[in-house]
Amino acid sequence: MDSFWLVTMAILAGAVRGGTPFLFVSLGECLTEKSGKINLGQEGSLLAGAMTAYAVSYHSGSPWYGVLAAMGVGMLLGLLFAWLSQLPRTNDIAVGIALMLFGSGIAFFFGKPYIQPSAPLLPGIPLGAWSDSTQIQAALRICPLFFLGLLTAYFLAWFLRSTRWGLQIRAAGDQPSAARALGISLKAVRTWAAMAGSGLAAVGGSYLSLYYPGAWTEAISGGQGLMAVALVIFARWDPKMCLVASLLFGGAQSVGPALQAAGIQTGYYLWNASPYVLTLIVMVITCSTKKSLAGAPGALATGE
Amino acid sequence: MTLIPPENLERFTQAPASLDLYRITKKFGDFTAADEISLTVPPGTVHALLGENGAGKSTLVKCVMGFHPATSGEIMVGGHVREIQHPSDARKYGIGMVYQHFTLVPSMTVTENLVLSRPDVPAAVNWKRETARLEEFMATEAPFKVPLHKRASELAAGEKQKTEILKQLYLKSRILILDEPTSVLTPAEATEVLALLRQMTVAGRLSIIIITHKFREVFSFADDVTVLRRGKLAGQGKVKDLDRDSLAAMMMGGTSSAKPVPSAPRATTSTSSRRTALRVKQLSVLGDNGLTAVKDVSFELAEGEVLGIAGVAGNGQRELMEVLGGQRPAATGSLEAHGQPYHGTRRDILAHQFHTLPEEPLRNACAPMLSMAENIALRTFDQPPQARWKWLLNFRAIRKSALPLIEAYSIKTRGPDTPIRDLSGGNVQRAILARELSTLPLKILVVSEPCFGLDFAATDFVHQKITEARDRGVAVLVVSSDLDELLKITDRLLVMSGGQITYETPTATADLAVIGTHMAGHG
Ligand SMILES: Nc1ncnc2c1ncn2[C@@H]1O[C@H](COP(=O)(O)OP(=O)(O)OP(=O)(O)O)[C@@H](O)[C@H]1O
Ligand SMILES: [Mg+2]
Repeated sequence: MDSFWLVTMAILAGAVRGGTPFLFVSLGECLTEKSGKINLGQEGSLLAGAMTAYAVSYHSGSPWYGVLAAMGVGMLLGLLFAWLSQLPRTNDIAVGIALMLFGSGIAFFFGKPYIQPSAPLLPGIPLGAWSDSTQIQAALRICPLFFLGLLTAYFLAWFLRSTRWGLQIRAAGDQPSAARALGISLKAVRTWAAMAGSGLAAVGGSYLSLYYPGAWTEAISGGQGLMAVALVIFARWDPKMCLVASLLFGGAQSVGPALQAAGIQTGYYLWNASPYVLTLIVMVITCSTKKSLAGAPGALATGE
Repeated sequence: MTLIPPENLERFTQAPASLDLYRITKKFGDFTAADEISLTVPPGTVHALLGENGAGKSTLVKCVMGFHPATSGEIMVGGHVREIQHPSDARKYGIGMVYQHFTLVPSMTVTENLVLSRPDVPAAVNWKRETARLEEFMATEAPFKVPLHKRASELAAGEKQKTEILKQLYLKSRILILDEPTSVLTPAEATEVLALLRQMTVAGRLSIIIITHKFREVFSFADDVTVLRRGKLAGQGKVKDLDRDSLAAMMMGGTSSAKPVPSAPRATTSTSSRRTALRVKQLSVLGDNGLTAVKDVSFELAEGEVLGIAGVAGNGQRELMEVLGGQRPAATGSLEAHGQPYHGTRRDILAHQFHTLPEEPLRNACAPMLSMAENIALRTFDQPPQARWKWLLNFRAIRKSALPLIEAYSIKTRGPDTPIRDLSGGNVQRAILARELSTLPLKILVVSEPCFGLDFAATDFVHQKITEARDRGVAVLVVSSDLDELLKITDRLLVMSGGQITYETPTATADLAVIGTHMAGHG
């Protein structure tokens, strides 16, 4: 019984801990896709963000400067994506993949000197201080960035529903000809959406290097930026569902380590594959030739 | 039909200004799409703009809307020359347009769409207040009702068009430009919408420019008419001084090529003696939303027969078409072509020479960015002479084989290299028809809304081609919401309603009233 609770606790804590980067990347991707563009380069923004945050934190001594710098770099990559993908005769997917490679390339290139030194990390808020169980204390130590992500999810939902810019983004993504007839500049709208989206992904990256796992390595992302794209489909382009889906994926990621911590060794590597399996299952369930996806922006990656 | 209560008309306190176009010219490169066109719309009148496909009607009104500024010429609103460089300029002067294609955002509700269309969308929208305001607008000013809370994608075509018009009234546009507003409506819906608009112009609250291909609408609805031909003014006048023939002569420039279709030799050979080309057996199909869109439909199509499927758009015709075209799987039931199972693969298509022509060809049957010649070659590009060794394309041959078709189907374009999406609506339809009908060994042809947006000469031309194909022994299925068209060209009629075939009749003895009740689902 005790080990059951331990495992459950560890998975819940892992959902929050491992779900936070998913949350930022998927919110960013959700915003970008709502404007009609698919940015696969989010993986590159994530890595570039992780590296930048770590380096800036190391040099400035403040992890929060690191987060801000990551956001800036992410927005620059978003700008690059928006510019390239809106040139004539280019394609979102190809540009996205190119930027994924570019983003990770610059992260690896400039990140080499930062693999060894240790930078100041983001603090955790000790919400479990009341308990004297170290496990509960560890589980309830939550990064402030998670709460920021939580707020962002609700803010984004409201933003898309009830602001001028939100409506314009949805119009641009769903029916570009209608947006054009309304005098909305597709270029401007999509550029801003891609920049903000990529900036959010980079903040997700800063969480990786500055909180959990809390170091800069080249293998830090494990494809989370790409999985987040699948996650947006799963969440039906709804920011609040992105939150749910991120926690689910984060939880799936922590099943393996949690079982191992409780002394269950069987199938450790198999459990570690669960987020990827989940991605596949999501894809299979949601992709049907018979039904078009409810909630999908009509002009997503159509090149229009 | 609902009349607008007079107190609602009083609400439109601002009468429309007069609109004058003076020698408007619009060039695309060195191609002149509109050449020194002048016209006047006095306040409270309806001005019809007529002309064959590609005549420059849409081009002209888009200049007025600032969608693309005119190359030269002047636009006067209320007697003052106005610079209109951008749609927002047009809006400032109270000019609004309902485009040939819907401009509603499908995933948004009517309320969201209306609010979004405002020039001054608040930074943060208070939905409660906006909804209250819109309900007030609907209760007092709006000449017709639309459900505010529904998503635009859930609206029927008629409701969408009404929403588009309401949007303009909500924006306080007093000069309305309508580009083929009734082509998406059933005849009853069209009459209703036009009558309501007419009422508002008679009350002096609205001026209208309407682009149309339908003479009936010109005569029952417009005060003045302007006819364009190949970008030039071909005639102008008061509707009451004109009749059908003089209008047709203006449109065709005297050299009228519109011949009536030779009446079909109906019932000369009984259909039963001919071979069955296509058999649809107890077909059920799911729609996009996962619900049954086509229910247990069975019919047979014989060689040398034109079978029509009538019905109001949205009763399962599109899904049925997609199954026939191999674009959507059937839930249950089966298809047989010439007695063999048919699955819509490229091999089946070739073996049975089974061609389909879906509705909205620019979206469903074209590669919009490719040139017109390439689009015409889509069926043949992998055969010699257009391809060597089945993979090396010979673009010269592709262009060359397009030229006679451009000629034969009188497609108006700047040349075979124009991207097909730059063609006018009617010319896209012609290009696709050229592709599908010119393949010689054609045996089964399934077409949907073949004359959507075509002018009357082109309509006759298409009807003639279909009749010719039938006389060659081709089995033809025509799905159309235009009953007049079906009565003119088919041998046998089915009525589709709620996803089912509810009525069948030989066209020669068809009773319009009976068909109408079945179309309306009261059979
Ligand atoms: N953006 C563009 N670039 C180049 N050519 C264009 C463009 N828009 C229209 N044209 C050309 O201008 C001509 C007039 O087109 P327009 O759309 O005004 O015709 P229309 O009278 O509205 O015809 P329809 O009844 O078929 O809609 C056509 O030959 C078309 O190919
Ligand atoms: Mg037009």
